[in-house]
Amino acid sequence: MDRRDFLQLAMLGAGAMLLPLPAFAKAVSETELITPVLDVADKKRLADVALNTAKSRGASYCDVRIGRYLRQSLFTREHKVQGVQNTESFGVGIRVIANGTWGFAATNRVTVDGIKHAAETAVAIAKANSKFQKEPVRLAPAQALGEVSWKTPIEQNAFEVSIKEKIDLLLSVNDAALKNGASFVSSSLFLVNEQKYFASTDGSYIDQDVHRIWPTFNVTVVDKQTGKFQSRSELAAPMGMGYEYLSARPEGKFQLPEGVVGYGKYYDMIEDATLAAKQVREKLKAKSVEPGKYDLVLDPSHLWLTIHESVGHPLELDRVLGYEANYAGTSFATLDKWRSKSFNYGSPIVTLFADKTQPYSLGAVGYDDEGVKTKRWDLVKDGILVNYQAIRDQVHILGESESHGCCYADSWSSIQFQRMPNVSLVPGQTKLSVADLIAGVEKGIYIVGDGSYSIDQQRYNFQFTGQLFYEIKNGKIVGMLKDVAYQSNTQEFWNSCVAICDESDYRLGGSFFDGKGQPGQISAVSHGSSTTRFNRVNVINTARNI
Amino acid sequence: MSILSKEDAQKILNRALSLSQAEECEVSLSGNISGYVRYARNTITTSGAGADVSLSVSAKFGKRTGTATTNELDDASIAQCVRRAEELARLAPENPEAMPFLEPQTYLDSPTYFEATANISPEYRAQVAYEGIQQAESKGMIAAGFFEHSTNFSALANSKGLFAYNKATGLEFTLTVRTSDGTGSGYAVKDYNDVTKFRPKEDSEIAVRKAELSRNPRAIEPGKYTVILEPAALVSDEGLLNNMIFSMNARAADEGRSFFSKKGGGNKIGEKIVDERITIYSDPTHPEIPARTWQSDGLPREKTVWIQNGVLQNLLYDRYWASQKGVKPVAFPSGIIVDGTSATLEDLIRDTKKGILVTRLWYIRSVDPQTLLYTGLTRDGTFYIENGKIQYAIKNMRFNESPIIMLNNLDALGRPERLNGSLVPPMRIRDFTFTSLSEAV
Repeated sequence: MDRRDFLQLAMLGAGAMLLPLPAFAKAVSETELITPVLDVADKKRLADVALNTAKSRGASYCDVRIGRYLRQSLFTREHKVQGVQNTESFGVGIRVIANGTWGFAATNRVTVDGIKHAAETAVAIAKANSKFQKEPVRLAPAQALGEVSWKTPIEQNAFEVSIKEKIDLLLSVNDAALKNGASFVSSSLFLVNEQKYFASTDGSYIDQDVHRIWPTFNVTVVDKQTGKFQSRSELAAPMGMGYEYLSARPEGKFQLPEGVVGYGKYYDMIEDATLAAKQVREKLKAKSVEPGKYDLVLDPSHLWLTIHESVGHPLELDRVLGYEANYAGTSFATLDKWRSKSFNYGSPIVTLFADKTQPYSLGAVGYDDEGVKTKRWDLVKDGILVNYQAIRDQVHILGESESHGCCYADSWSSIQFQRMPNVSLVPGQTKLSVADLIAGVEKGIYIVGDGSYSIDQQRYNFQFTGQLFYEIKNGKIVGMLKDVAYQSNTQEFWNSCVAICDESDYRLGGSFFDGKGQPGQISAVSHGSSTTRFNRVNVINTARNI
Repeated sequence: MSILSKEDAQKILNRALSLSQAEECEVSLSGNISGYVRYARNTITTSGAGADVSLSVSAKFGKRTGTATTNELDDASIAQCVRRAEELARLAPENPEAMPFLEPQTYLDSPTYFEATANISPEYRAQVAYEGIQQAESKGMIAAGFFEHSTNFSALANSKGLFAYNKATGLEFTLTVRTSDGTGSGYAVKDYNDVTKFRPKEDSEIAVRKAELSRNPRAIEPGKYTVILEPAALVSDEGLLNNMIFSMNARAADEGRSFFSKKGGGNKIGEKIVDERITIYSDPTHPEIPARTWQSDGLPREKTVWIQNGVLQNLLYDRYWASQKGVKPVAFPSGIIVDGTSATLEDLIRDTKKGILVTRLWYIRSVDPQTLLYTGLTRDGTFYIENGKIQYAIKNMRFNESPIIMLNNLDALGRPERLNGSLVPPMRIRDFTFTSLSEAV
């Protein structure tokens, strides 16, 4: 799930719109956001208090996360600033194994006493829960890493850029949209900095500084005569980058058919808003789609969400095993299909890989939240289901002895669990441009941008819309369409994949607020692909007369 | 410590207000004690408890507002929090739509606190999990569920003399039971303020029974069908009616970008938009769904009629938009009440010649805001009805439907029941549009 719906709701609501504060978070000033609170030596000293306390109380394993989670959100609409919020959440989460059972406790008292008490509580909870334990935890070995560190490779810390500069950018974005015919425009910027220190009884002390950024907007044009309205949101992705992402450097631009511009490593938000206003005006007059079977040409700004829902989620091992049955659901990609080594998830040109190391991606970190060095691995290889996403206490189910390194907690106060790594589609191996791909399509639709998305609880049946739709006839784009949604089944869809553009078209998309678990936790994840063609997909018309 | 009395909360709020040097100041204080148990694969997977208290200070200078928060309630921490809010306010960009804080208000009384819920123990939580696990296991099925409860208080005061206080308890229970062959799945969902109304054994049985009944579903052709939607399909986290309520924003309507916009300008208040048997209102003092009688900015929550006999009566006006339009602001409802009849779900089924019973809907997303078209799927108990009886389980289906069209195609209403803080009846709807089949169980 994604929080875009919430945001759209929030943006429509007037007044100072602020996000609810995360648990234990507090509002802080700009200066506080960029002032460090503890140095690495202090963190190590405090972490050792947790490890030693847990061991002395009988824990066979302990990990401790001292986390400072900073967020900044800025909201504007038209020429108005609607809200600016800075929050800091600082505390310690301690996880232990005692009597073969997990226990967890967290505290915002980052002191020797606070940490000691939390470690004792975690051990007590583990011992209490062990009475109900049916199978002791089996933890895959993790390498003792000693003292190591990792930092998102940013050029400019977005938290160090003044609020005024960021607001000026957002107001310029709004101005550009209004000047080009938008009736309404809202824009926002979300920044995250996770300062995480991890230590475990395995002998690892890991200091990480993780940055993420998400610029977003929504442009609406109302046709007063007909009473109809259309809108479009940004075509750029949230990224694991600093403020340099918003530098609009030309090497970030992808010139696509029909004057559409896609964005890679750098984003020109003002240009995107300008184009959005023009495209939305065109969309109001666009032809309503004729339902039927079409070959779909899907831009990476659209395909990421289909990958997320139809590949990322069903291959989470905890879902497959039933741990998420009461909330997000289970999965069609059952262990017997994997064991058969012959389950055709997609056509032979489809290889989908998980990767926590991909530069500039939302999921990129050096080490996951249980101290495992991150890596890349295949999930679907040449069309065949070959693996899942699993963490230390799960990989034994797959007969593996090394965690995949995709464990994450959204706060020091949340317990870490298996979260989706970046999952991406390997680009085509032979040279193929978007124009050449479209030239081969007789009856199709070119879809850009992500829109409405819905998929069942086992990830078979899905329906997606987008931001821009162009009709393709005999290899040429003949005009814009509206009211387009496609419905398919995961296996059928990926087996209808017939062509993938080459690496030069590869771009990331992503979700800043992917939800999972009860109580719910969020995480950020990217999905990369090049423009891809899927044959004979069922398209419905979503227009209704009331 | 986390749950403060009205007097203790007021003392702290007054202390903060007395330290303020801003043109206007508003302070809120809230705290909660909560606990949960999560289970899956017939075993408890996680459990936890927590307590938190937070003081929030908002300082205002003209159109500039700054907010600071703290978890420490000693005098020095409160003073530091007030100073920081003022510092943030001076640096904040101007918000031209910022409204002055509210004058003192009068609030209704609502019984939201129940001692029995406040006293829920870890043993009780484990017992709730055990009920579902034990029943599922005894039938060779698999239970996954979540039970959480909380006791909380909230208080608000400002430099104009406004004061509000509320203490409340609540619990939520969801359970999914799956058959071990993976062909059947059932669901139960309950929420209460008062735990003495909760029947973990009976409520767990609902999910087990539905799982049993839903085994080996048959496929039917997607298309237009008469459906009976249970309340969970209408107002749960994934409900069609709450999605409609969320979209009832007056500003979006007046701006011409909502279903509730009127062609040529303005909104549809006063127009008949759905079947005349539909009346939807909210009332935070309703004994079945008691809720706090004020929203977080201090605006009173009162009885508000949204749709009366099919005619749109009201939209959500925040304070800024209300001031622009010269109307009274309308608070966001805590839950909705849809008038029904005395007919039970069984009565509705008995009077159905051909139709589909839908336990719940899943992954509902907006497809077209112009017509309030939503898509989503049925889940955890979908059955074919013929000649007044459930005949067999059917495979899940995707729908594309607008709650407006749905409420115009109303066939019958049942007896309202509480779900997700709302009170809604099961509904029988004609010509509900299913567009494809799903293999998901």
